[in-house]
This record gives sequence, C-alpha cells and structure tokens, in this order.
Amino acid sequence: MATLKVGLVSPEREVWSGEAKLVVAQTIEGQLGILPGHAPVLGVLLDGSVVTIEPADGSEKVHAMVGSGFFSIAGDEVSVLAEQAELGAEVDVDEARQALADALAAGGPDTTAERRARARLTAAGVAA
Amino acid sequence: MPAQVRELRQRIRSVKSTAKITRAQEMIATSRIVKAQHAVAASKPYADQIVAALSALVSHNVGIDHPLLREQPEDLRSAIVVVSSDRGFCGGYNANVIREAEALAQRIREQGREPVLYLVGNKALTWYKFRDREYAESWTGFSDRPDFASAERIGRRVAADFLKSDAEGGVGEIHVVYTEFVSMLTQEVQVRRLIPLEITEREDDGSGPVPPAYEFEPSAKDALDLMLPNYIESRIFHMLLQSAASEHAARRRAMKSATDNANDLIGVYTRLMNQARQAAITQEISEIVGGADALADSGGE
Repeated sequence: MATLKVGLVSPEREVWSGEAKLVVAQTIEGQLGILPGHAPVLGVLLDGSVVTIEPADGSEKVHAMVGSGFFSIAGDEVSVLAEQAELGAEVDVDEARQALADALAAGGPDTTAERRARARLTAAGVAA
Repeated sequence: MPAQVRELRQRIRSVKSTAKITRAQEMIATSRIVKAQHAVAASKPYADQIVAALSALVSHNVGIDHPLLREQPEDLRSAIVVVSSDRGFCGGYNANVIREAEALAQRIREQGREPVLYLVGNKALTWYKFRDREYAESWTGFSDRPDFASAERIGRRVAADFLKSDAEGGVGEIHVVYTEFVSMLTQEVQVRRLIPLEITEREDDGSGPVPPAYEFEPSAKDALDLMLPNYIESRIFHMLLQSAASEHAARRRAMKSATDNANDLIGVYTRLMNQARQAAITQEISEIVGGADALADSGGE
C-alpha cells in the first residue's frame, strides 16, 4: 500500500517526520483527511488546531498542536509548516491548563491564545 | 634586585589569571558554535519547505501581486536592520557589522534617501546611543541563542513599517546587515535587501521537477497573505542564526589569540624574572667575594 511521506516542521526544528497512512489537518474552512494519492493542495492551517498523523508502521497515532502555518500536499508528500508546533507527548499539561485559564481570564475578542491552549490539551489527550 | 623580581612575579600572576579567563571563554565559545550550527541545520527543513511552497504558489499565479512584493519608489526612507551581538569579547565582529551598516547608510544618503536604523543586539544599541544617533527600534537579549519568537517580533515590526507610508513613519525598503557563517575561520558581513521581496525567475532547464498544480485552501490570496510574512520571518531567523554562529566563531578566535598572547607574555616575563634573579645572585656573590678579599687583604697582615 502506498504511504505518505510526512514532515511536520517548525522553524526551530523538525517536529516529526516519517511514513504515514493518514494525516488529518484542519484548515480555516474545516477538517481535511489526507490519504495517499490526494490531489496537490496548499492549505492554510487553522491557528491553534490539532494535526493527527497515523504512522504507516501501525504505531500509535501522533497528535500535534500547530499554530499559524500551512500545509502542502504533492505527490504523496505532505509537509506541515507551522510557526508553533508541539507534539502531544511533549505538552506540559499543567502549563497548558494554566495558559488556557489565563486566556479565558483575559477574555477579549482574540481567541487565538485560547484556541492554542485548547489544541495543546487536545493533542496531549486530556479534556480541555 | 628582589624588588624587580617581585614585581615581575606579580605581573605573571595577573597575566596567568587573564589567560585562564580567556581560555575558558574560548572553550565555551567552541562548544556553542556546534550548538549554533545544529540550530542552523534544524531550521533548514522549514526554510526549504517554505521556499518550495512559495515558488509553487508564484509559478502558478502569473501576475501575482502583494503589498510586500511591490516597490515603493515614493517612500524615501530605507530601513537598515543591524544584527550585532549582546556581549563583547568577540574581536572585530561588531565593529565589522557596524562599519558595513554605516557604509550602507552613506550609500543610501547618496541616493537621496534617508536611512532608518533597527538595531538587534546590545553592542549596536550602545554604539548608536553613545553617539546620540536616532534609531527606530531595538531588540536585545537573544543574540547568542536566537529563538523564532524574536525573529517573529522583528519580522512583524519591519513588515508593518514597510506597509506604512513615509508620513506615518514607514519605510520604502528594508536592508539587513548580518554576518554569514562561512566556516570556523571565515565569517562574512552580508548586506541583503529583505523587502520588497524579489521574485527571480529561475532558468528552467527542464531537469527540475515541475511543481504540481496546487489547489488552494481556502484561496491563493489567503495562502500568499500567510506565507509571505512567514517567509520574511524565516529569512530573519536564518540571519539571526547565522549571526549567532558567527559571533561564537569570532569570540572563539579572539579568545584563542588572547590566550596565546597571554602565554607569550608569561614566557617573556618568566625569562625577565629569571634574569633579574640571576643578576641579583651574581651581584651578591661578587659582593661576598669582594668583601672576603678585602677582609683577607686587611686581616692578613
């Protein structure tokens, strides 16, 4: 079976790379599931969303929080570029909870901080 | 003369402690160069990908138009971003950057434009402050270990100023003066124009892969709106990382020659001290011999 070559990169490092069966990313307009053989797409990521990668070797799904960025799909190669990217396993849950509480307390119309904090908690696998 | 010997001994002690400090600085810098090079390597995938995506975007949209790509000949102010270090002890590193920045400012003035300075790093900041020169903005505190958030702050500010007109305090073009890390021994000061971005048509020899016909989600314009600032920030991040690596390399070299000089000085002083001590001993012996002779001459009779 064909697989996707996936690279999840932030400016500071390569967060995750490898072969995958399925990648799910969220654009401003909605979720997008990517399987091998997908048409070339260049999409804008929703700031503060979760990208899910299902590795080809059958190991556990990888969840990652992404901030502002985009993804490109071309010939079974998926690159996710985000200015902020963090794997669910790396999230400091207490710190993310605190960030969410701060964002909620600050209120205001800018919900990016709140969305990011929620995405971090979702990626870490705990309920926000 | 014992006084001279003591003085030399003191001097040797002081040079030795200086050598210890410079030696330690040299070793710290050496280890940080490796780290800085790793950081440069780690930032490469992102930079490559963004260039690839951007060129795919541009090649599919003939007649692409974006404020960040437009020349602004009516704006007569030019921004110079000077990337220097926060700390000294790095030889000519900062002097080279500032000299190049001043030369660029001179060239800009000769074109009838007005240079506006954006300073990165404490050394550039104090240089301009000391001379009571004006600057638009300064950032300090991350020169030896730049993070992307700093690059983002700088990128946002200069891009925002570029989009303003002269009257609002904006600028018409943005240059960056930074130091490129060529090798451990060579670092070159570079002057680059960052904005407006130039789209260069690459010679298509047919060998490269044809970029796929992308669909855009939600639209090509949105993608470009997001990608151009990201690209600028990634360029700035690259320049900061290069400068950081260069700073450590320059510091290592400066500290190495300082240590070498200190060791040479210790050798010279040690020889002088031995000479002085030997001279004192010789003199004492000849005095004793002379004294004994005199005594024998007088007491023998």
